[in-house]
Amino acid sequence: MEKSLLVGIDCSECSQRALEFAVTWARSTNSRLLVAHVIEWSPFSFNTPMENEVRHKRREDELVRARTEIVDPVVEGLRARGVSAEGLVRHGHAAQTINQLARETGASNIIIGRKGASRIKSHLFGSVPSMLVQIADQPVTVVP
Amino acid sequence: MPRIKSVAPILFMFLLPVAALAEEGIDSRINEAIKPYADSVAGFIFSSFPVAGVPIPFVLAWLIAAATFFTFYFRFVNLRAMKHGLQLVRGDYNDPTAAGEVTHFQALATALSGTVGLGNIAGVAVAVSLGGPGATFWMIIAGFLGMSSKFVECTLGVKYRNEYTDGTVSGGPMYYLSKGLAERSEKLRLLGKLLAVMFAIFCIGGSFGGGNMFQANQSFKQVVAVTGGDLSWLADKGWLYGVVIATLVGLVIIGGIQGIARVTSKIVPFMAILYVGAGLLIILMNFSALPSAFVAIFDGAFSPEGMAGGVVGVLFQGFKRAAFSNEAGVGSAAIAHSAVKTNRPVTEGFVSLYEPFVDTVVICTITALVIIVTGSWDPSVDPSQGVALTSTAFESAISWFPWVLTMAVVLFAYSTMISWSYYGLKAWTYLFGESLITDIVYKVLFLAFVVIGSSMQLGSVIDFSDAMIFAMAFPNIIGIYFLLPVVKREMNEYWADYKSGRLKKFGKAANRA
Repeated sequence: MEKSLLVGIDCSECSQRALEFAVTWARSTNSRLLVAHVIEWSPFSFNTPMENEVRHKRREDELVRARTEIVDPVVEGLRARGVSAEGLVRHGHAAQTINQLARETGASNIIIGRKGASRIKSHLFGSVPSMLVQIADQPVTVVP
Repeated sequence: MPRIKSVAPILFMFLLPVAALAEEGIDSRINEAIKPYADSVAGFIFSSFPVAGVPIPFVLAWLIAAATFFTFYFRFVNLRAMKHGLQLVRGDYNDPTAAGEVTHFQALATALSGTVGLGNIAGVAVAVSLGGPGATFWMIIAGFLGMSSKFVECTLGVKYRNEYTDGTVSGGPMYYLSKGLAERSEKLRLLGKLLAVMFAIFCIGGSFGGGNMFQANQSFKQVVAVTGGDLSWLADKGWLYGVVIATLVGLVIIGGIQGIARVTSKIVPFMAILYVGAGLLIILMNFSALPSAFVAIFDGAFSPEGMAGGVVGVLFQGFKRAAFSNEAGVGSAAIAHSAVKTNRPVTEGFVSLYEPFVDTVVICTITALVIIVTGSWDPSVDPSQGVALTSTAFESAISWFPWVLTMAVVLFAYSTMISWSYYGLKAWTYLFGESLITDIVYKVLFLAFVVIGSSMQLGSVIDFSDAMIFAMAFPNIIGIYFLLPVVKREMNEYWADYKSGRLKKFGKAANRA
């Protein structure tokens, strides 16, 4: 099977450095790039009955929007540069879901950018890269 | 939030005239006009037959008989599926590729916010006062039996829900009564339709009454009590309270401003945990009284002394308040549960076991224990003063707690109204079809009833609407009896898959297995 690297992106512009790093790596190892975007969502949230009723529809809308506005432009850009790429979108907790996607796709490495949040902020809210480093089953590369 | 600014004043202006009518003393006139009808309907639904000298309302016997029968018919599914229900709620079987859909946890939490409310705070105080500590025992038994009723109705709710092409879902007794019975036999088609229409009418009535006016009325009483009773500035301003609450409800249900509902739906579980936490704290503070409290609960349950009606009287009080609180068999929760994403309807049945469990076996029991260990129960209590009694019980241990309790009562009332407005609307659109006009008509009526409920002294109207909620149990349970084999088949098939390990677990749960 072709080797693949999973790169997590927040939006189509903001994870540029992680993406560039991933491209260089993918080219040198002749790997496929899996561009993953996670829509923040918790299975344990409290909703109103009205929200639950339309949830299925809203989920579809969210998936379409994430694909067309975030992931697809990136994937097309990569393909235009001759990199084999594929997009993935899923709901969930960012770090856990990226790890889960890496496991399902058999990606050998995870690449992710970091925002450089202040200490207090990351203490209070946690940061996706630091949590991913803690829980990942594969090596994680955090690109500053 | 420009929408709040544009919608709120319109709602406010519309609702003020309703309040003005109340000020005109129209309440007593409405009360007089409606009383004969209300009393006869309420009288019919709560009509009782004597058991050992205690008048037992027929509807209560109906609910308990059904719950007991379901418990035996499904061979104690209420107890043996609890472990699996927890696994489902925890998400052990949540397929990650379906992430973003309504989970078992979310469906349960939504249904719970509709049932956890004044019944847990006010009703229990009344039960313990009138029935003695022994009522607690029967309340817990009724809670466990009610789990079986919820299991059946929520399984059916999911099985026969409508899934529309745009991906939205609608479920509830209206659908399982009409579709389910028609599927059983062509001869039952008409009966199913009839039961569904009856259910929908009662559900609309219940949504204006027990799910609305009663909530507005009782929460206002507590707000007045905590701000100084009769001397409170708010004492004669029920209309103001009603208009404010109705505006807040209107922002969500008409304005579509889900933000407020979302905030509330996050505060309500927090308040529930705070309530249970404070209750446990008070029980611990009175730790020495706990053994004698348990003795009183067991003694009182089987050999009450000086209680009207003896064992039957105590049993009645316990069963009544449990049924009022968890609404098992009424069918309301099936509407909320049916939004879940699952291809095995019975899974939601297992999950729904936790609704009466949390509501009655946990929260009601905490209230009862607090009242017993603090010795706050008062056999001469007026049944409409339940909140005040619980408030006093908490106050005796934590002096400022009535303020927290008031906040909890208002929030519980608010979230119950939001839930019931949804249940009522589903029944309404089932009868009148889905269109913008029918939608708005219902919602405007709903808001008007919020104001009416808090500003008018409509004793008989409230009795009437309370009766409506319990009237829902008649068509619902009649239909369920016909559909029991369907549920049994689903359950047995699923249970065999579960026991043989054919069900796929995901995530951490898969690694554990």
